[in-house]
Amino acid sequence: MTLRNRAFTKHYLLMLLPGYAWLFLFSIVPMFGLAMAFENYNPGRGIFRSEWIGLDNFKYLFSLSDARTIIFNTIFLSTMKILGNLLVPLVFALMLNELRSPRLKKAVQTVVYLPHFLSWVILAGILLDMFAYRGPVNRFVSAFGGKPVLFFARADIFPALVILSDVWKEFGFNAVIYLAALTGINPSLYEAASIDGAGRLQQLRAVTLPGLKTTVVLLAVLSLGNIFNAGFDQIFNMYNPTVYSTGDIIDTWVYRAGLLNLQFSLATTAGLLKSAVGFVMITLSYYLADRFAGYRIF
Amino acid sequence: MVQDRTLGSRALDAIILVCMLLSALVCLMPLWYTLCVSLSDKAAATAGLVTFWPVRANLSSYKAILADVKFFKAFLTSIERVVLGSSINYIVILLMAYPLSKSAKEFRQRNLFMWLLVFTMLFNGGLIPWYQTMKGLGLINSVWGLVLGNSVPMFSVILVMNFFRGLPKELEEAAIVDGAGPWYILFKLFVPLSVPVIATVTLFSVVYHWNEFFNGLVLIRKADHYPLQTYIQQMVVNLNVGVMTEDQYKRMNELSNQTLNAAKIFIAMIPVLCVYPLLQRYFITGITLGSVKE
Repeated sequence: MTLRNRAFTKHYLLMLLPGYAWLFLFSIVPMFGLAMAFENYNPGRGIFRSEWIGLDNFKYLFSLSDARTIIFNTIFLSTMKILGNLLVPLVFALMLNELRSPRLKKAVQTVVYLPHFLSWVILAGILLDMFAYRGPVNRFVSAFGGKPVLFFARADIFPALVILSDVWKEFGFNAVIYLAALTGINPSLYEAASIDGAGRLQQLRAVTLPGLKTTVVLLAVLSLGNIFNAGFDQIFNMYNPTVYSTGDIIDTWVYRAGLLNLQFSLATTAGLLKSAVGFVMITLSYYLADRFAGYRIF
Repeated sequence: MVQDRTLGSRALDAIILVCMLLSALVCLMPLWYTLCVSLSDKAAATAGLVTFWPVRANLSSYKAILADVKFFKAFLTSIERVVLGSSINYIVILLMAYPLSKSAKEFRQRNLFMWLLVFTMLFNGGLIPWYQTMKGLGLINSVWGLVLGNSVPMFSVILVMNFFRGLPKELEEAAIVDGAGPWYILFKLFVPLSVPVIATVTLFSVVYHWNEFFNGLVLIRKADHYPLQTYIQQMVVNLNVGVMTEDQYKRMNELSNQTLNAAKIFIAMIPVLCVYPLLQRYFITGITLGSVKE
């Protein structure tokens, strides 16, 4: 047995070689670039010879009024998305599960997965058009006597559009995990409940919801790790300067500061803070998931 | 489930049916609307007359696209990227997942490699250092930057690894007794047994590479080398440049060529519309089995 293991280990390492080389070049090497966060980075001099300024970038970042806005927007949008993405798919899965016709069930499922597989470029393109000043949504508003609204130029409406469109895109796909959990509930529990005279709503309360409790808790805990990810692709494709006050998030700010305004050090600093907090949050969420739901990702 | 036929129960069925049909409709409507706009008369679309049926239907937008060399180039770049990217992902995912699915007893360094993978999953250098690295590696304006840019698809590796761990140990042991080596076991034994999960991660790779626009935007400096999504992002969606007021935003909105844009968007959706229903039966089992432990 041990002899076999030693002979195999060589092959295992060989198998891992391409993947880890790839990982090293594109994930590990960029981490060294984080040194820029502590430097007054000058592209002409490079990482090794730029001036080291310690924590000045961090101090400057927090002195900006932008900092509070983008941190608040990021946490607010992601929290609302997390809640919506937990509850809406749950309700949807419960209802889908009650459909009597298996063919209809399958058809509905196939259709609601669709938005998940489309990119935010495409979906934002469609939504910008549908919610445009002369788009169909505004025609609907006018038909009911309202005044047309420039939806995507209104800072007070923008967060709602972001949250709702994200829930719309993902609810079908997120329901997969609930549907799997629903099939895992022992059918004899339902039989017992109905012999005891429980109606369908009572069965929902007594059997189905308790059966889903672990799944809901687990998903809630795991999504904690996403608290700093408000969805770059989505917001980048939907926002514009009129809604920066409520729609700008850390990731979009980093993009503009770093790649458009060439403030490399400042953008790296913001990125590092986000990465560090994200690291702590994800580690914490995995720890909690293991502790309370006995779930391990690997 | 025992079926009861009381009035309340039937009413519940009706409500559920309506809700389900509505959710399906809400997911389909935007796509249908886009198709209608793309087939409509340009003036009618700009005047906002198109709702859920084409107005003065014609194919002129699609004809205009046929003559658009940039669009075709972008489409081909995307195809090239999907083919290269998905093939590389496929092979790397399998080669990483198999050794990592071994226990530390069978493969002593396994936990070390696992922690390294998890660490890179949880922590990253962020946008600017990543961009500098790509530049340093000479991957600006290259399709390889698009293919390799986002590093190993770690989530997929873990999904496949978990699936492999769920396969019966006896299979592998029997193969070893018969003199099979690790390469043979992986490709001739494990791969055929893991079709659902492999189909799932391949679907993810294809969809990811087709949909990803940001690397194209940042790494490709020449507009005629853009992949399709970046092309659409720049030509259709990007309204940010110089727009500061509601009025300007409104004008930008009205200036755009709605029908042509809708046609481009619709064409970009077609490959995804074709691929995902075929693989649907796999990805449900793939995801649920791959995420179940022990």
